[in-house]
Amino acid sequence: MSDVDRFASIPNNVDLHSDKRLQRALESWQPGYLEWWREMGPAMAQDKDAYLRTAISVDTDGWAHFDYVKMPEYRWGIFLADPTPDRKIHFGDHVGKPVFNEVPGEYRNILRRMIVTQADTEPASVEQQRKLAFTAPSLLDMRNLFQVNVEEGRHLWAMVYLLHAHFGKDGREEADELLRRRSGDPDKPRILGAFNQPCNDWVSFFAFTMFTDRDGKYQLASLAESGFDPLARTCRFMLTEEAHHLSVGETGIMRIVRRTGELMKQHPGVDVRTLGAVDLPTLQRVINFWYSYSLDLFGGEISSNAADFFASSLKGRYQEERRAEHTALDQMKIVPVVDGGRLTNKEVPLRNALNEVLRDDYVEDCERALRRWNHELEKIGVEARLTLPSRRFHRHQGEYSRHAFDSQGELITAEQFEANRAKWLPSEADMEFLRSIMVPVHQVGKIANWLSAPVRGVNGQAFDFEFVRLG
Amino acid sequence: MMIRSASVMSNILLVAWNGVRYLSRPMETIDFNRHPSSYLHWKLAVDGPIARLVMDVQEEKPWRPGYPLKLNSYDLGVDMELADSIQRLRFEQPQVRCLVVTSTRDKIFCAGANIYMLQSSAHPFKVNFCKYTNETRLGLEEFARESGVRTLAALNGTASGGGYELAIACDEIHLIDDGSSAVSFPETPLLAVLPGTGGLTRLVDKRKIRRDIADVFCTVAEGFRGSKALKTGLVDAVHSRSRFESKVQERAAQIAAQAPVTRPGPGITLDPIHAKVDGDTLRWEHVTLQIDAKSRVATLTVRAPTGAEPIDGAALQARGCKAWAIQCFRELDDALLQLRFGFDQVGVVLLKTEGDAAKVAAVDTMLDQHAADWLVKETRLLIGRALRRLDLTGRSLFALIEPGSCFAGTLFELALAADRSYMLNDPARPVYLQLTAMNGGALRMSHCMTRLECRFLGAPEKAKQAAASREPIDAEQAEELGLVTFAPDEIDWDDEVRVAIEERAAMSPDALTGMEASLRFAGPESMETKIFGRLSAWQNWIFTRPNSTGDEGALSLYGRPERPVFDWRRT
Ligand SMILES: [Fe+2]
Ligand SMILES: [Fe+2]
Repeated sequence: MSDVDRFASIPNNVDLHSDKRLQRALESWQPGYLEWWREMGPAMAQDKDAYLRTAISVDTDGWAHFDYVKMPEYRWGIFLADPTPDRKIHFGDHVGKPVFNEVPGEYRNILRRMIVTQADTEPASVEQQRKLAFTAPSLLDMRNLFQVNVEEGRHLWAMVYLLHAHFGKDGREEADELLRRRSGDPDKPRILGAFNQPCNDWVSFFAFTMFTDRDGKYQLASLAESGFDPLARTCRFMLTEEAHHLSVGETGIMRIVRRTGELMKQHPGVDVRTLGAVDLPTLQRVINFWYSYSLDLFGGEISSNAADFFASSLKGRYQEERRAEHTALDQMKIVPVVDGGRLTNKEVPLRNALNEVLRDDYVEDCERALRRWNHELEKIGVEARLTLPSRRFHRHQGEYSRHAFDSQGELITAEQFEANRAKWLPSEADMEFLRSIMVPVHQVGKIANWLSAPVRGVNGQAFDFEFVRLG
Repeated sequence: MMIRSASVMSNILLVAWNGVRYLSRPMETIDFNRHPSSYLHWKLAVDGPIARLVMDVQEEKPWRPGYPLKLNSYDLGVDMELADSIQRLRFEQPQVRCLVVTSTRDKIFCAGANIYMLQSSAHPFKVNFCKYTNETRLGLEEFARESGVRTLAALNGTASGGGYELAIACDEIHLIDDGSSAVSFPETPLLAVLPGTGGLTRLVDKRKIRRDIADVFCTVAEGFRGSKALKTGLVDAVHSRSRFESKVQERAAQIAAQAPVTRPGPGITLDPIHAKVDGDTLRWEHVTLQIDAKSRVATLTVRAPTGAEPIDGAALQARGCKAWAIQCFRELDDALLQLRFGFDQVGVVLLKTEGDAAKVAAVDTMLDQHAADWLVKETRLLIGRALRRLDLTGRSLFALIEPGSCFAGTLFELALAADRSYMLNDPARPVYLQLTAMNGGALRMSHCMTRLECRFLGAPEKAKQAAASREPIDAEQAEELGLVTFAPDEIDWDDEVRVAIEERAAMSPDALTGMEASLRFAGPESMETKIFGRLSAWQNWIFTRPNSTGDEGALSLYGRPERPVFDWRRT
């Protein structure tokens, strides 16, 4: 196991003190990061004690340390999963060769692009979620929000470490740019579309952590396969933290479903909106919105970039090791495309369809969560069900982005889409309604009316624990 | 054994049959006519002195089926519309003083020539495609230089490959600074080819980017963004996303306000140019192109005007596009494009003229004396472009100067453009050449020399002497003055000419193309000749090498799952 330097100005397990150049570079990036955090991190409670976990090592039992901390004093550190001795590249054109510990020259640019694109999402989501604490439905939820935020900050650190350690001057410039872009800023937007969408209410927050963070999981999981070992190790450790974000989202929506379902059961025939809760059609529209934007994040259905990333052994498939075959050559995948105004199936070489392969895994995972929510509705005794729209619906990237589809994935005209927009996607009125019920609940052990309390707290603490000391 | 020879026989028969089929296939023409009202891929909007040319390529409308035009990538059809729009701005919209080239696509200006189109194209098509797009961009530069219309590339998104080459053909480049939009030349790192539309030459020759910086830029596939692009001189200005539109408009208005009014107008309308197919011959009003597929020889005949032609700018304006000086050279231009794209087997082109030399000379007088008139000037530029297209046509050009011909002034430039010329020396049927003021400097080649200066590079006084002559010149004098290559008499003529043509048509087309291109442009280089020279030499060589177009080449495998495998030997 690698040594952990917990007390260095930048906690790390990468032996930073022995690389003075790198240490200085990161130390000179640190003030800019803290400034960014103060400006763009959570807009309230920065000076309050929050009960947060901090990564302090990478071994399975001891990595997370829970304690009260003021967020600006959070110990953002650099942790890579321990190296696997003699690890070999296990997919792509370099299969069987030793992993790259340095950046191969010919892949420098695409690797940098991959890392920057991933890195950009980390601060972006913090920016998107900046004002949510004001309307937190409970202290536990506020604490979860802060947990997600500080860890996205740590993920940014992890990626910036890679940029500084392996990409020279270009890498340092990119690291600075990561602090300059701003989510939703028309002039300096974040790189990816979903990360420029506003996320100003908690229903959107839960949908975001459910669907958009889940894209992150699949991207990190494929990068954890990378033949560039520092990237693989970084991503492997990030995944352990990311799991919590996904569960915040999945259980968050579950808690909405439970609360709404119960109200529907208790007040048959009454619009739950009048009871101050989220009606299922509105929840469905929020799901449609974030799910479709998150699907975009996987990239084009037919993509030469995807083929290049795999061929160069830099980005694998989800759980590549569990697959029988690791070249992805001489195989085809059927991808529906629009041709001559109709949807037709196109055979695409597998490597070029790897974005779609990863999207398949993601969609399956989302369907699993859907089943759980619907099971809850069934248990409560409510007829209505939630669904996932077609993956062609409301897309802004890839094969389907230049056409309009209904939620079932049938090709329709742009006019038909617009005519149904309010049925499928949250309208301004929906958002206004959601904002109207986002009443802050900042008392210990209390929960907002539209949400059911979680089954358990965090780290063995009960729900009525003082997760954030606002006092 | 029997079976084997039978199959060999049937193969031979099949080849022969295919050959016959080729010869007897009815001739087709390619329609290069476009009109803004029916553009598929661009929108041309003119608002007073400012024109906006907006790219919005329709993915599902490629010029020929087989490749979607993603990300505002272009093919021949897209470029025909670009060429048409520039031509129409010249003649139809003289009030325009600033042209803004931009796109409507979010985050994308233009991704360059469509790679799948290139992959699926035969080599001759690729070369002719590149030539055409180069001529279009050089036309855009000439428009700025000669017609005084300043061009502004407003890069509202990434301009890669041919997209940046289009931008770099404009006078100034404004790039959106949104953290992701870049300018780039990814050809070398991604496709193992070169930017084929003058990009490399313009980087160092036109924008004068330091060569080492250009070297870095051309090997980073993703290119340079915002401030880096500005600092290195790849763009002239960067604007934030929210201010981009207003900044571009502001600048365009400023340009339009500062530019002097040099083209008072009113404009004339350009009607479409069509050839009628008549057996093996394409017939325009003043031009015919006859194809002898069997011998691979074409005859390109240009006829003098027959009636009265405009004698000044106002009359030219009144006659409009039907004036001989405009119509004839638009037809010549079309004929050259038909030849290039439709008849790649033709190796020798015989250049002929027919009609009254005095009528040609009269048109030349108008073109010379009223050169200050904006429409006359545009007409001279149009003729110059058509003749340069002839200089740049990769076929053996033989001028045949025979009785009934009218190689006078502007039409004598055809003979000067030829690789060699034959003039009949028959006292019974005398033939004359005649020079006019138009041979003295109005119609320059790509390297800015007149065809006479280039011809007499070692004896400039001869060029001057010829340019000053206005008397008809007979065959013997013409040979003496060096204005023709051969002047056979009536006894030798038929055989001399026939043998020369047959001999020429039998030589390697590749070697001839290279030889002719090397001999045609004596004298100093210009950016234009460098571009075409490097296109012909380097790009076309690379296009035929296994590292790009072999089974394991980068261009062949682009978008496919396999990685290229290179032959590492340097040549
Ligand atoms: Fe993250
Ligand atoms: Fe996350």
